[in-house]
Amino acid sequence: MPLPLPTLPAMYCSNMALSCKSGAGIKKYLLLLAQENCEFRVPEIKSLLSLYGGHFNNLQDLHSQSPFCILNLPSEEMARRLMKRTVCAKSLFELWGHGKTFTEFQQSIQNYPLEKMVPYLQPNSTYKIIIHAFNKTLTQKEKIVKIDALEFLPFKGKVNLHNAENIFYVLENYGSDPNNTPDDPYEIYFGRWIADGQRELINSYSVKKRHFIGNTSMDAGLAFIMANHARVKPNDVVFDPFVGTGGLLVSCAHFGAYVCGTEIDYSTAHGLGKATRMNQKWRGPDENIRANLRQYGLEKYYLDVLVSDASKPIWRKGQLFDCIITDPPYGIRESTRKTGTQKEIMKTELLPESHIPANLNYHLSDIFLDLLNFAAEFLVIGGRLVYWLPVYRPEYTEEFVPRHPCLKLISNCEQMLSSHTSRRLITMEKVKEFEEKDQYAHLREGQYLPYKGHNSFREKYFSGLTKRIAREERAKGEAQNTDGFTGKQNKA
Amino acid sequence: MKLLTHNMLRSHVTGVTKGFPLLIRADEVKLSNVDFNQDFVARMIPKLEWGALVEAADSLGHASDLPRELETGYENNEEFLRKVHHALLEVEVIEGALKCPESGTEFRITRGIPNMLINEEEP
Repeated sequence: MPLPLPTLPAMYCSNMALSCKSGAGIKKYLLLLAQENCEFRVPEIKSLLSLYGGHFNNLQDLHSQSPFCILNLPSEEMARRLMKRTVCAKSLFELWGHGKTFTEFQQSIQNYPLEKMVPYLQPNSTYKIIIHAFNKTLTQKEKIVKIDALEFLPFKGKVNLHNAENIFYVLENYGSDPNNTPDDPYEIYFGRWIADGQRELINSYSVKKRHFIGNTSMDAGLAFIMANHARVKPNDVVFDPFVGTGGLLVSCAHFGAYVCGTEIDYSTAHGLGKATRMNQKWRGPDENIRANLRQYGLEKYYLDVLVSDASKPIWRKGQLFDCIITDPPYGIRESTRKTGTQKEIMKTELLPESHIPANLNYHLSDIFLDLLNFAAEFLVIGGRLVYWLPVYRPEYTEEFVPRHPCLKLISNCEQMLSSHTSRRLITMEKVKEFEEKDQYAHLREGQYLPYKGHNSFREKYFSGLTKRIAREERAKGEAQNTDGFTGKQNKA
Repeated sequence: MKLLTHNMLRSHVTGVTKGFPLLIRADEVKLSNVDFNQDFVARMIPKLEWGALVEAADSLGHASDLPRELETGYENNEEFLRKVHHALLEVEVIEGALKCPESGTEFRITRGIPNMLINEEEP
């Protein structure tokens, strides 16, 4: 579609025609990331880009803590789709230039093709410029100086602060150390605002305002991150084998997937029994997963919740699920159970209709073994399994992450729980058809040793060993007068 | 319990060879309104055990003349897809039981939620 460019010299028009003919080409974009769940950000962006047929061209260090990330994307359409899903990125800009000094910055913008700028600088358009400083607070006066410094740009439109058609940003990076902010930024970026991400979902889906929650309900932000790592898309069927109060299903349904889950606890599945909230003794009549979805206008995506033991084969054979997304019980804040035949185990008579069979402890090693096997068998090819793996940090190595011949590890992101324990969000993709010989194939490879035989994570967690080591580390840390690095990690 | 879920469930009683489809004993059936999503229904049909769906809908009296055999070219047949949508997502068993076709073991359905646990103390 030709753009009306009445005031432009003919030279620019012909240039533009040329560049259009040679294909739109890859454009550079700047992502402004949120400084929260840093490890989860790049895998989220990668997953979403792969969902929309793009791929992540990273120009920077993947483990960078910087909130700025430059991306090459084939189209603005893809950029907008990405922003309709991400909860890790705040905003996206079409990058017009950047540099380490103001001179470099100015040169970089002046090298940006003018024909790409002019559609947004038209005399009949409105615009505004926003200065965003990361890790520094600028006064209004300083901001105005910085805006005035952009006079080299041929802005022809009218300024409109309330309802501008085009919004431009100067983004300045003053590093990540709040106690040592330099006078001048390390890097300056200039770009045209394209779209904001979905950060507001974290608030609108906050667990605080949800009808039905449990002791271990997933934080809304992480639930959305999980759905994004899983590449949940409209019309998918998503399954959570340890569904609990269904927090993960809510985020998947928000993205248009049909959801189902199983829960071994009869009272939880039915929303009966004692309430989790303070100042509330019993659960109300509308506290269940279906009502949670209804609260957000998502009930049409509810398939079913069943009372069932995740270790039992209740599903007919077939590639039934597009994603499996779950937070298995580790036995810290909830018990790990499966049904079994040990007669001595007590039978609860809390509710007459609730028929709770004998429960055996469900060993962590078995949970992950069953989960991977289940995913390998029941996922569609290309479907993803996303789950949390608890980790005792002093002993952790990458070999601890369970593997399966049908599943490819996509990402592995850590979230700290305490100084010596954490959980890792593991994302795997089914890459190969499941055959009977693949069942428990990984067992023969000597996997799972750290979780085998007994609940070693759980034992260590409760043993006091963690506390003792933490005390020793602290003493050592004080002696070395470290710069608070561990403290910062803990906060993440 | 929706019939889409029923179509995916099997009996896991020890010794059962196929355990599918589970028989439905319905004491209370509810019809609800679920937004029609043509793409989803068309996408689900190839994944279904078609015969089992028609049989299950029929046993509840809600087969709404679904054909016994699935015909090709349904993707754009909205009238047909609406019928399948109704059977899959709008017919719900609220109270009743699922019965294992081989062992006869019953799984109760209470308030719409099937209980697939096997009580070890039952004979």
